[in-house]
Amino acid sequence: MEELDRKPKTSDDDHVDELLNRDYEAGFVTDIESESLPPGLDEGVIREISKRKEEPEFMLEFRLNAFREWQKMQEPEWAHVNYEKVDYQSISYYSAPKLNDGPKSLDEVDPELLATYEKLGISLKEQEVLAGVQGAPKVAVDAVFDSVSVATTFKETLNEAGVIFCPISEACREHPELVQKYLGTVVPTGDNFFAALNSAVFSDGSFVYIPEGVRCPMELSTYFRINAANTGQFERTIIIADKGSYVSYLEGCTAPMRDENQLHAAVVELVALDDAEIKYSTVQNWYPGDENGKGGIYNFVTKRADCRGVNSKVSWTQVETGSAITWKYPSCILTGDNSVGEFYSVAVTNKRQEADTGTKMIHVGKNTRSTVISKGISAGRSNNSYRGLIKILPNAEGARNYTQCDSLLMGDQCGAHTFPYIEGKNPSAQVEHEATTSKISEDQLFYCLQRGLSEEDAVGLIVNGFCKEVMKNLPMEFAVEAQKLLGISLEGSVG
Amino acid sequence: MLKIENLHASVGDKAILKGINLEVKPGEVHAIMGPNGSGKSTLSYVLAGRDGYEVTDGSVTYNGEDLIEKDADERACDGIYLAFQYPVEIPGVSNSYFLRAAVNAQRKHRGEDELDAMGFLKLAREKAKLLELPDNLMHRPVNVGFSGGEKKRNEIFHMAVLEPQLCLLDETDSGLDIDALKTVANGVNSLRSPDRAMIVVTHYQRLLDYIVPDQVHVLSGGKIVKSGDKDLAKQLEAEGYGDLVAA
Ligand SMILES: Nc1ncnc2c1ncn2[C@@H]1O[C@H](COP(=O)(O)OP(=O)(O)O)[C@@H](O)[C@H]1O
Ligand SMILES: [Mg+2]
Repeated sequence: MEELDRKPKTSDDDHVDELLNRDYEAGFVTDIESESLPPGLDEGVIREISKRKEEPEFMLEFRLNAFREWQKMQEPEWAHVNYEKVDYQSISYYSAPKLNDGPKSLDEVDPELLATYEKLGISLKEQEVLAGVQGAPKVAVDAVFDSVSVATTFKETLNEAGVIFCPISEACREHPELVQKYLGTVVPTGDNFFAALNSAVFSDGSFVYIPEGVRCPMELSTYFRINAANTGQFERTIIIADKGSYVSYLEGCTAPMRDENQLHAAVVELVALDDAEIKYSTVQNWYPGDENGKGGIYNFVTKRADCRGVNSKVSWTQVETGSAITWKYPSCILTGDNSVGEFYSVAVTNKRQEADTGTKMIHVGKNTRSTVISKGISAGRSNNSYRGLIKILPNAEGARNYTQCDSLLMGDQCGAHTFPYIEGKNPSAQVEHEATTSKISEDQLFYCLQRGLSEEDAVGLIVNGFCKEVMKNLPMEFAVEAQKLLGISLEGSVG
Repeated sequence: MLKIENLHASVGDKAILKGINLEVKPGEVHAIMGPNGSGKSTLSYVLAGRDGYEVTDGSVTYNGEDLIEKDADERACDGIYLAFQYPVEIPGVSNSYFLRAAVNAQRKHRGEDELDAMGFLKLAREKAKLLELPDNLMHRPVNVGFSGGEKKRNEIFHMAVLEPQLCLLDETDSGLDIDALKTVANGVNSLRSPDRAMIVVTHYQRLLDYIVPDQVHVLSGGKIVKSGDKDLAKQLEAEGYGDLVAA
């Protein structure tokens, strides 16, 4: 184990100032009537969640088992983040807008909800496209509001291709055999504290199944919104790509500005069978809290992919700009021979944000390959850590990994840390790790200003250049959003 | 166009410019020569508005306005261009993307419509040809892995595209072989016009054979110690800075 902990201090820091403020544009609250369970967690609450969702018996058992495991577990403390402990009995584990049995079609969705997503730039109308990008392909959206899915678009087009894309609560009822076959097989209920909690109380999330040989005809996306106060969001997403299939899936998240911290503990399980490929992209913009560290989302997420089949491939691309605390390691278990895992990450922290993020690549099969490109940008008084594990098991003949980990510091009050762990049990494996730490230099800034760019545009440009290798992996309509978001997150951090 | 009076400037606590007077009219080309460390780059930075280069006395007016109060980006948008002695690398940002952002920032400032990708490409191609700039330099990240000569050529390419009013060239000749020097000088000469002025900073007389100045000034110890016509440069070449610097 090696720790590269650098906080360079140079004379440049005199010019790179303490930050100003920026407004969190997604910070509004939707005024909508909702039904919540009272705060607190016991078996009764879990039974109630399962009952409200009209789940089959195996689901209730899954939840109760997880709850019993969770009760025996301790909250992890190894991550390089500091936060006030969560009082798990003060959170409400279920909140749903009042829907009268849920919408039958898009026309029946509460206009207040439609307006909320509209305001966030997410169109739930099928004739429109995301983010106003001309010529962008259509995107099917599953909109999750607090604990429930409120709308899923393009269902018919997807049905024709045999693709299942629906809220997981619907999948539990309509496709119980698929859910039972895959749920908890990538992230077991007892995997970690937050995964166990999620398994016990998860409310909604998306379920995707791509049948054998099908290339999903459009991008699929889920948009998560936390609205209600004092609620946690515990979504569960499962994506199964059957043999020879392909899917690209996008995930976006926002929450209102609130003074209290809110918990988001999600679990995502991906399964890629023989020759299948899953591209999973996240743009995470949960409310980060204010400049004094008040409020913001605790983002404790377990995301894991099992490249179960030969020649299968999973790519994680994430742009993480929000949340007060991020604890997240999208990982790949490279089980199938020749399978490929990729992790491309941009994590931006500003103000008092703390992020501990990275990946695990577990090489099980022969000739498995993984690539990790991580770009951490820290500003303000934030802390940004990369934590990565590359594990080569004894049978992973010819496994290869390449890891590149770059940190960019803005100002002298932030921190960047790199924790790479390598466990190699096969001598034929090749593992490469490169790490750099740099700053936006005065030279670069002045050069841009001298060409007529404003300071904000200059910072945006330099930062986007730094993240280029990651951003180019995002689907086009998301890349535009993500680029803007990077600029906004860092607004006022130099000056 | 540009009027510098009794200009004093320092970096940190160190006084570098100690009373510079200079007037530049539209259409003129002034050469500033002087030994290393005499303050040539400092003068360029002060005029371009670099942070940390503080004017402690005197005044600079540009087109009748006080220049000193303006930020660097505003000066650039007002038509002041600096070709850097050491051009800066910006990884991951393509040269053409960067330059288009700059062109559009300046157009926006002037209240003009932004150029779309096609419009920009047309303009850029035309200017690249003028400077014999290899096509791949447009698409590579700004200055990253460029040879010394390519960097300097790229600075003049930016200048040609941005069409500034006042061009400051800081040792554009250093690092160029003779062929590259000629190409760059041709590019610069093609930009000479009755309403554009240039201040050409150089350590050597060589560049002035190709870009013939109207006036030559010798900078030493933060002051202009001698001014003359183009023959002054030839004289310096023959005799060195020796006497002037000592004076
Ligand atoms: N950032 C700085 N901090 C301190 N001294 C500086 C700085 N920049 C330049 N100087 C000093 O100012 C003087 C003039 O430098 P410069 O303008 O670069 O000269 P020239 O371009 O004529 O070679 C030199 O003595 C140099 O060491
Ligand atoms: Mg110099």
